[in-house]
Amino acid sequence: MNGNIFVNFPFIVVAILLALGFYTIGFKRNLIKVVIGIEILEGAVNMFIVAVGYIKGGYVPIYTQAPQEAVGRMVLPTPQALTLTSIVIGVAVTALMLAFAVNIYKHYGTLDITRVRRLRG
Amino acid sequence: MIEHLPALMVAVPLFGAFIAPLFKKHYKGVSMWAALITGSTVILSLLLAKQVVTNGIMVYVFGADKPSIVLPSGYAVPIRIMFEVDAMGAFMAISATLMSFIGAIYSYTHVEKEAGLEKYYALLMLLETGILGMVLTGDLFNLFVFLEIAGIAGSALVGFRNYRGEASEAGIKYLIVSAVASLMVLFAVAILYGQYGNLNLAYIAKNVSFNMVDMIALGLLFTSFAMKCGAVPMHYWVPDAYTEVPAGINPPLLVATYASLYALFRVSFTLFANIVIDLARVGWIMSILGVLTMFIGVTMALVQKDVKRLMSYHAISQTGYMLLGVGVGLTVLHDPSKLAEFGRDAMAGGVFHIINHIIYKSLLLMTAGALFYVTGTRNLNEMGGLARKMPITTISFMVGAAAISGLPPFNGFASKILIYETSYRLNPLLTVFAMVTSVLTLASFVKVFASAFLGPPLEKFQDKREVPKPMVIAMLILAVLCILFGLFPNLVLDKLVYPAVDALINFAQYHSWGGLA
Repeated sequence: MNGNIFVNFPFIVVAILLALGFYTIGFKRNLIKVVIGIEILEGAVNMFIVAVGYIKGGYVPIYTQAPQEAVGRMVLPTPQALTLTSIVIGVAVTALMLAFAVNIYKHYGTLDITRVRRLRG
Repeated sequence: MIEHLPALMVAVPLFGAFIAPLFKKHYKGVSMWAALITGSTVILSLLLAKQVVTNGIMVYVFGADKPSIVLPSGYAVPIRIMFEVDAMGAFMAISATLMSFIGAIYSYTHVEKEAGLEKYYALLMLLETGILGMVLTGDLFNLFVFLEIAGIAGSALVGFRNYRGEASEAGIKYLIVSAVASLMVLFAVAILYGQYGNLNLAYIAKNVSFNMVDMIALGLLFTSFAMKCGAVPMHYWVPDAYTEVPAGINPPLLVATYASLYALFRVSFTLFANIVIDLARVGWIMSILGVLTMFIGVTMALVQKDVKRLMSYHAISQTGYMLLGVGVGLTVLHDPSKLAEFGRDAMAGGVFHIINHIIYKSLLLMTAGALFYVTGTRNLNEMGGLARKMPITTISFMVGAAAISGLPPFNGFASKILIYETSYRLNPLLTVFAMVTSVLTLASFVKVFASAFLGPPLEKFQDKREVPKPMVIAMLILAVLCILFGLFPNLVLDKLVYPAVDALINFAQYHSWGGLA
């Protein structure tokens, strides 16, 4: 839009979160922290979708009784619906990962991924 | 009924999955139920394939009659969720349903001693739903959703034997890979949505302009799907997952992997097909990735002691053949003379190899599962002299091993010869690698055969017998399919594979969803 830094601000945050998420997945040894890293990645992606769908001074998308000035400035509902879906899926993934982590702790007595290595070769 | 087939393909297994938990404490009932549901999806997918091959692409719009009235005002931009089925999708759907059915039959006795079987079968059907959704959808976000369904169901099944720590380890590995890959897919989808304001595959493909941002999206999609189909730099989760999963789930899990491969083809052929110059480069990347995958996979397989792990590494190496075949086709996609000369046949080889590989690798993994069922171990050094005790398993294993090594009368030969002949025309070096891989494959299976089946009968296996009937039946079906596909490859090639390849090549047809343009 008008070259304002704040227009791009969400995207900068997305980039930082992505870097942080990948760093956490790649370099942390605790399994719970790896799960948190994936959550950060997911937050970044969700924020990206919402930011893509944002219109400055936007209106709620109600197609039937919208005021005249809202024409052409309605925020599309699709990105928000996508974000909601992806949040729900993310919850399922996280729950399953934590369940696996609990099970691994039960069997190995540790959450250190460098020591959870019976499968190799 | 016929026009609702694409929706039924997803609805039937989903319904089955939700009903399955009601059969708590009735293990026989839930097995029967799963066999019934997966069996009926086989029939549906055959009907669908017949419909698609004879009448062309099928478009199913959820919540509307035709794609042409996608908005109430008649404005022709697709906003609804659409299923777009071409011959390639139908081909994958047949593989998925057939393998789920065989997995369900095999599971009937293979997991009877485990607890929580109603969840097992519910997850099996959910996995099938995920695969079918992935291969039939015409919508990018929908693709992501079904990718996640398949990923979650698959990793829950990998960790099914939760009394073993290794199962949880393999499960979380698979889940982390699949979660990161599908988040990156979602990121790429968001990039494309931001540019073109739509999620329909065909609509985006028609408008794609290939600027910097599109290139990032292509890169993200390519790497994430390559990650999920087990191409080489990201192959480490494959052996763990395939080894730990119960053998009855191996066939659907294999198809889940190849559904990602299908998505990779779909992205490079359909979504970005209009990029004339850079597509050859993408094709070269795919071919080289294929060669690396097959070679590294087979060399890792040679040193394994665990029989299922060895076969899982072979699954990686065979994925390389498919990548090579289709990659060769992608390289020459915008060069009509070369495409007619060898590109189309190369792709036919790659696509045919998908179904062949699914058949014989499922057969091999099932024989490994049978060995585990009888002996209680997967270590090759502790087995021996089982050929007399388990004659049918031995024969199935020999058929599978001959097929995977590409010996003439079996199905592996039919697709491999197509890949050899055509990749030679692009670059002879590719063929050399492919043939060396084949020889090494044969070598490692000779090793398995010698140590598990041949040799003097061991004391501790004195009272062991052949595995129960449902497992035998599942293995025999696959062995017969191996031989049939090898003896009459032209039947399958003409009826299923070439239509699928042509569907990939004629991307313009896919782009005009249902003739709307």
